[in-house]
Amino acid sequence: MPNDKSKPVALLIKGGHVIDPAAKINSQMDVLLRDGRVAEIALPNKIRGGSDEKFDARGLIVAPGFIDLHVHLREPGQSHKETIATGTAAAAAGGFTSVCTMPNTAPVVDTAEWVAWLRHPERAAVVNVFPIAAATRSSRGASLTDFADLQRAGAIAVTDDGKPILDDDIMRAALRLGAELNLPVVQHAEDTRLTENASMHEGPTSFRLGLRGMSAAAEADIVERDVTLAQQIRESRLHVAHLSTSDALKAVRRGKRSIHNARVTCRVTCEVTPHHFTLLDRDVGEFDTSFKMNPPLRTPADREAILVALADGTVDAIATDHAPHATHEKQVEFERAAFGITGLETALALAITKLHREHKIPLTRIVELFTAGPARVFDLRGRGSLARGNFADVTIFDPKKRWTFDAAKSRSMSRNTPFDGWQFTGKVVATIVGGKIVSSGD
Amino acid sequence: MMHRLPSYAMNKPARGSLLGIEHLEDKEILGLLKLARRMNPLKPRPLLRNKRVVLLFYEASTRTRSSFEIAAKSLGAITTLVQSSGSSIEKGESLLDTGYTLRAVGADAIVIRHPAAGAPHLMAKHLDIPVINAGDGMHEHPSQALLDAFTILKHKKSFKGLQVAILGDIYHSRVTRSNCHLLTRFGVKITLCGPPEFVPEVSATLAPGLRITRHIEDALRGVDVIMLLRLQKERLAGQKISLQDYIARYQMTSARLRLAKRDAIVMHPGPIIRGLELTAEVADGPQSRIIDEVHNGVPTRMAILARALGKAK
Repeated sequence: MPNDKSKPVALLIKGGHVIDPAAKINSQMDVLLRDGRVAEIALPNKIRGGSDEKFDARGLIVAPGFIDLHVHLREPGQSHKETIATGTAAAAAGGFTSVCTMPNTAPVVDTAEWVAWLRHPERAAVVNVFPIAAATRSSRGASLTDFADLQRAGAIAVTDDGKPILDDDIMRAALRLGAELNLPVVQHAEDTRLTENASMHEGPTSFRLGLRGMSAAAEADIVERDVTLAQQIRESRLHVAHLSTSDALKAVRRGKRSIHNARVTCRVTCEVTPHHFTLLDRDVGEFDTSFKMNPPLRTPADREAILVALADGTVDAIATDHAPHATHEKQVEFERAAFGITGLETALALAITKLHREHKIPLTRIVELFTAGPARVFDLRGRGSLARGNFADVTIFDPKKRWTFDAAKSRSMSRNTPFDGWQFTGKVVATIVGGKIVSSGD
Repeated sequence: MMHRLPSYAMNKPARGSLLGIEHLEDKEILGLLKLARRMNPLKPRPLLRNKRVVLLFYEASTRTRSSFEIAAKSLGAITTLVQSSGSSIEKGESLLDTGYTLRAVGADAIVIRHPAAGAPHLMAKHLDIPVINAGDGMHEHPSQALLDAFTILKHKKSFKGLQVAILGDIYHSRVTRSNCHLLTRFGVKITLCGPPEFVPEVSATLAPGLRITRHIEDALRGVDVIMLLRLQKERLAGQKISLQDYIARYQMTSARLRLAKRDAIVMHPGPIIRGLELTAEVADGPQSRIIDEVHNGVPTRMAILARALGKAK
């Protein structure tokens, strides 16, 4: 590695408060990063030896680098919405050092070649990119992709995100093959047979607006089915993406209990997005397409259940489902507008403002949901903790800093966010990937 | 605490826009009804001389389109009809681009009917001229609710204490949504009646004072006003209830009409399908106000247009 001044090989993070739930650290610590790894972590002023650069972290939280299990970076094929370069720049600005990319691009990422393409240095990613590959060819739900080949090329999970696997036999086969290879199968739980032409949650708001709704059952039924299938397959791994309903949580809880059952050894995990723990279906107001996403915003009871599950450990990770779209894809009739919102740059701020300050969830738990939790879900070895020898991925944030989000200044290519102009508490100060600062301050 | 600052992307609709009944103030509704009573298409008034009103219709329409056109012309305005077929809409022009184009050719107001809920709202957010909703998907049909209110007040002293039954396919009905918002505001008690596929339980959450029943006899007993809705046969496809069953259980017949008050009136936004949601005897009977509604559409829409273009004097 070249010893270049702009890319220090040794960086000492001094005076910060380290929260590393995996290592059970919640105290003042100094952290020394060297050659892309955590070289040392010790009580203040105990680290001897040289460093090329120091980072003054007094008054700040120093955490393992955040991991986002669910982003759409739109390449290949949709670079008018986002590129890997712009999407990872937004990730860095939001404190994420690793992102897991969804395969629903054009074409779908269903071959080892495309997985390798995503990871190629020419994509100019500024944070780690972990591709999730398609579970079936072209995500058509008919025949499985070559999981082993995809895994060798670097895929860390498989999914047909957006086009959920409805066929029982195909889902069973995917979970079986995943179990053999220790590869999680990620499911966007939606019975698309029940949600045709629907554009928001089915309830009083959709009825009032005259919009076709997606029922809570359309999500929960698939999660129920998937958990049941997973429990029939030894060592299968099911990850429920962007869970949004109270009933789906019940199914996940049922799945998680099987880990304590010697005969059933499946692993069921789930993620929740910041918008689902923050917003409600009625927030779409008068057809505001910045509030249109899939799964849709739900009811107060669903949000309450999600908040409980975030606090009690049922939820494994906060994931953004960062889904950029061009203006012309959103400034159309609500029913015709694309689903999805950006989320990388507002995730931590929403977690601190809503979960920590409003709902009193401890910062240690919030950090876990961004670090150790997601690292475990996809077995990202050497990440999610600042233990000595791990990758030098670090997120430094100020939990008290007040700021206003201005979508126009986003690093993403797209502006489709419902949080434009929101005032937040909690801001990323620096994002360090492989020992190098990739984003800092404003 | 978080606060949402006003967002630059969301402009307020231009004054005079009519997007729906739900967010209209009581006094605006009463003002429009009062103004409509002073409008007479047989005595044209050049209130809107040289004003250009574009009728932008993405869906078929007989009543709404012709009555908006006649209303505009009775006030001296110039009208232009733009339909999805035969225009650039067919070539894939977006709704907003069509709006900008019509604004650029000099439209002073746009009357829009669209199959997508919220289409008029999108246009109103981006244009500085009044936008009038002539029916958006399953959402609202405010001019119909106003002309229905106008019709009711011609036959009943006031809204206070009135009992109204609305029968049929509530779920798909923008007319019903607008009528429920308007009438319940003034103390009208409304019963919604139909099978669960057409009248889901959630319907009752639309406005205060709504009640649901599955039995037409229960809905009709002692009511002052009966509002019928067109049944689209294809919407029965795949549902539990057959066409014969539907007719047997929910068709408005002369015998059933006798359950209502003796001076009850029968209304229908049209188009009516004789032999389906109602019999010819009911449609043509003495209590029917179906043709009167169409007639009242013109002065009501004259009032809406006059208000839109600031000539509500």
